[in-house]
Amino acid sequence: MNGKFMSFIRGLYASPFSIAMTLFWAYLAFLTIPTVVNWAVINAVFVAEDGDGCSRSGACWAFIIARFDDFVFGRYPEAERWRIIVAFGLPLILALSSLIMSQKQRGKILFGSILLFPISVLLFMYGGVLGMEVVETRLWGGFALTLVIAISSIASALPIGILLALGRRSHMPVIALVSTTFIEVARSVPMITVLFVASIMFPFFVPEGVEVDKLLRTIIAVSLFAGAYMAEVIRGGLQAVDTGQYEASAAMGHGYWQSMRFIILPQALRISIPAIVNLFIGFFKDTTLVLVIGLFDLLNMVLSATSDPKWLGFEVEGYVFAAAVYFIFCFGMGHYSRHLEAKQKQR
Amino acid sequence: MQSQEAPKTNDILLEARNLNKFYGTFHALKDVSMELKKGDIKVICGPSGSGKSTLIRCMNFLEIPEQGDVIFKGQKVEDSTKSLRALRSQMCMVFQSFNLYPHLTILENCTLAPIWVNKTPRKEAEEQAMHHLERVKIANQASKYPNQLSGGQQQRVAIARGLTMNPEVILFDEPTSALDPEMIKEVLDVMISLGNSGQSMVCVTHEMGFAREVADSVTFMAEGQIIETGNPDEFFTNPQTDRAKDFLSHVL
Ligand SMILES: Nc1ncnc2c1ncn2[C@@H]1O[C@H](COP(=O)(O)OP(=O)(O)O)[C@@H](O)[C@H]1O
Ligand SMILES: [Mg+2]
Repeated sequence: MNGKFMSFIRGLYASPFSIAMTLFWAYLAFLTIPTVVNWAVINAVFVAEDGDGCSRSGACWAFIIARFDDFVFGRYPEAERWRIIVAFGLPLILALSSLIMSQKQRGKILFGSILLFPISVLLFMYGGVLGMEVVETRLWGGFALTLVIAISSIASALPIGILLALGRRSHMPVIALVSTTFIEVARSVPMITVLFVASIMFPFFVPEGVEVDKLLRTIIAVSLFAGAYMAEVIRGGLQAVDTGQYEASAAMGHGYWQSMRFIILPQALRISIPAIVNLFIGFFKDTTLVLVIGLFDLLNMVLSATSDPKWLGFEVEGYVFAAAVYFIFCFGMGHYSRHLEAKQKQR
Repeated sequence: MQSQEAPKTNDILLEARNLNKFYGTFHALKDVSMELKKGDIKVICGPSGSGKSTLIRCMNFLEIPEQGDVIFKGQKVEDSTKSLRALRSQMCMVFQSFNLYPHLTILENCTLAPIWVNKTPRKEAEEQAMHHLERVKIANQASKYPNQLSGGQQQRVAIARGLTMNPEVILFDEPTSALDPEMIKEVLDVMISLGNSGQSMVCVTHEMGFAREVADSVTFMAEGQIIETGNPDEFFTNPQTDRAKDFLSHVL
């Protein structure tokens, strides 16, 4: 720790070039940091009734604080918001409880908590059971919606990706062709077009009277789209598994599915974890695109709040807040993935 | 049925009939035939690239021969899930590079196939696995992971993993070639004690001391063909072909 710090300090003046760089960055910091600190902290207003209470020389965090609940829960009825907390809390508690379990059980419990997530979202957020009234998905929004879309689609993208990756490597030509075509088509169109197809064009394809919830359509579309990317990541992992493993499992009498399930996939997925987390981070950020089809995720909630007559003209604060939320979550996930990677190398 | 048409071959456990194997246009096995009697130990030797691995891998259909038959316990092996499952659950293979499952413990390596292929209850499978790990003198490492063990220890685990299926025959493909010299003996000792207990084996190996001590027959291959087969004494003291003489002068 101390040694690291000392070598960092020494690096600052190790050569004429490093001295020049050090001075350059110091100058840049001198120019920007005071301005930023002045705006974000010193001149900022944290408590105000409405926009008039804020000054133009500092950030109006009062706006964020006043609308914070809406940014988290969207337009979900205020009296029912506890249900969102329960819906997320149950799987979260299960996931956290895995920390006190043995290594072996941890994986199973984390897997279980991911399976529990859509069930608890359906039961509590949607309702209609246990005396809870139904809250239509068009009222869902904010960061809760962002999480619902991101977690459900990435969690379903994983099995879809596994099947597509196995399909692409299959010796059965039809399966290989279908998988390959799907993967390549999905990977060569922008996600925004997939969202448009799911939200606007989908109703043209299904018979009259059949209605599929727009949010559900979005999640399915994003799942399939992300599944194609996941497939390529997993295919890389499958290729990285030593051929001796395929041979040993075949020689021991395991059939295709057993050998995949117990021997090949566990190794392939472990190899792919960093890339899978990267995908997750990417798609987590890409969920902001759902605003173009009229879903009110975190970013869209922030944007619509900036046109609130009480708080006009605080777009910058809104964007900074949204960026900070995404940064915290993505940074955290990246950090966790590096931690997993380091642990995996120890083996 | 089998006894009617060929009563003499009753005790033949495993047989290859006129196998031909091609890799693309390369003819790797040229009309190779061999047989293994129950309880026998056959050693296959020959220069590198002569098709020894290909032959032994055709025996459990890891490579599928284009022509010819493999006959196991009187049954012709078919390239079907059912036939292969029947074959492979009674025959195991030990590889040059061990091929243990790195993400599973030693014990799990040895219980996976019994539990999922043979449907043995877990508890019973674990007891049997421990018994076989004891046989290869490595039971005290059961909860470790493969890469925490030395090469010789890993290869002994690989043998134990195969034994858990109570195989009729074990195929060895150069089991000691990837090992440091000081570890070769511990693996050979296990193989010798298996042989002495009546286990049928086919061993591709260059360990001529092993071949002399326990083999019932030695087969010499070159360029995808079997050049000669004989009992070890004859083969080592009086090889019939110049090829085999030349080969022996290099390895002995
Ligand atoms: N999968 C393969 N594809 C192409 N050629 C192969 C393959 N496996 C083996 N061969 C070739 O077949 C020949 C015999 O190989 P092998 O049976 O491994 O020989 P040995 O085990 O006696 O060293 C070699 O010339 C080798 O290059
Ligand atoms: Mg070989």
